[in-house]
Amino acid sequence: MRSQMTSLYLQSNNCVMEIRRDVFQAIADPTRRAILSLVAIQSMTPGAIAANFDSSRQTISKHIKILNECELLHQIQNGREIYYHLNPEKIKEIDSFIEPFRKMWDERFNKLEAIMKNYKK
Amino acid sequence: MERKTKINAEDGRHDLVITREFDLPLELLFKAYIEPEIVEQWMGTKVLKLENKKHGGWQFETSDSSGNVVFRANGVIHDFVLNEIIVRTFEMENSPFPVQLEFLEFKKLTEDTSELNMHIVYKSADVRDQMLKLPFAQGINMAHNRLEEVLIKLK
Repeated sequence: MRSQMTSLYLQSNNCVMEIRRDVFQAIADPTRRAILSLVAIQSMTPGAIAANFDSSRQTISKHIKILNECELLHQIQNGREIYYHLNPEKIKEIDSFIEPFRKMWDERFNKLEAIMKNYKK
Repeated sequence: MERKTKINAEDGRHDLVITREFDLPLELLFKAYIEPEIVEQWMGTKVLKLENKKHGGWQFETSDSSGNVVFRANGVIHDFVLNEIIVRTFEMENSPFPVQLEFLEFKKLTEDTSELNMHIVYKSADVRDQMLKLPFAQGINMAHNRLEEVLIKLK
C-alpha cells in the first residue's frame, strides 16, 4: 500500500513538472477539462468542485493544483474560503496555438479556390 | 461567401481532421491536387515529382528569394481514386519530424460546391501537438526576425 502511494505521488509529481511546461497536457485530462468547464460558469470552492466528482477530494485537489500551477485557474481568498475561477487569458493562449495552424490552411485553401475559379468556364 | 476551414484536434489524440467547403465543383477541386502547375500556384512550392497513382511518389521544394532551398518534403501515394480519394504519406526532409499519414476525401456537395476532408495521423500525440504549434512558433520567429531587421537598421 505504501509503495503504491509513493509511486502515485511520484507519478503526479512528474506530471506536474511536465505540465508546467505545457498547458496542452494540463487540458489533456478529462477530469481537469470538466473542472475547467465547471468554474467557467462560476467561481467555486475546492469542496464545491469536488462535490461534482466521484473521485476523492484529494484527487480533485491535485487536479486543481495542476490547473492552478499552469495558470488556467486563479485563486481568490474570500474570508476563510478560497474560490477558484477561470483565467480567460490563458484559455485564449491555448486557442491561439491552433489558430495560426488553422489560418495557414485557410489561406492556402482560399488561394486554391481563387485559382480554380479561373478554370471555371 | 467565404467558407472557413475547420480543424478538429481532440486533446491527447495523435490525429486531427481538417475540413473545408469550396465554392468549386468537385472536379475542379480535385484538379488542384493533381496538376503540378496548379499545385505550385496555391502551395507556393515547386513540384519536383507528382505521380498520381497507387505506389506513386511526390516531392515538393521551396526556395527563398536568393534561391536557397528552405523546405523540401516528400512521400508516397498509397491510394488514388480520381475525384474521390488520395491517401499519401508526408515527410519533411532534414527535420526531426517523423512521417505522417494523410487521408484526403473529396466530396461533391452540389453541382458548384465540394468538400475536402483531410485526416492526418501522426506518430504520437506529442508529435501532433508540435506540428500544430509549428505555424505559431514560426509566426513568433518571423516577428522576431522582423524586429531584428528593424533594430539592425536603427544601429
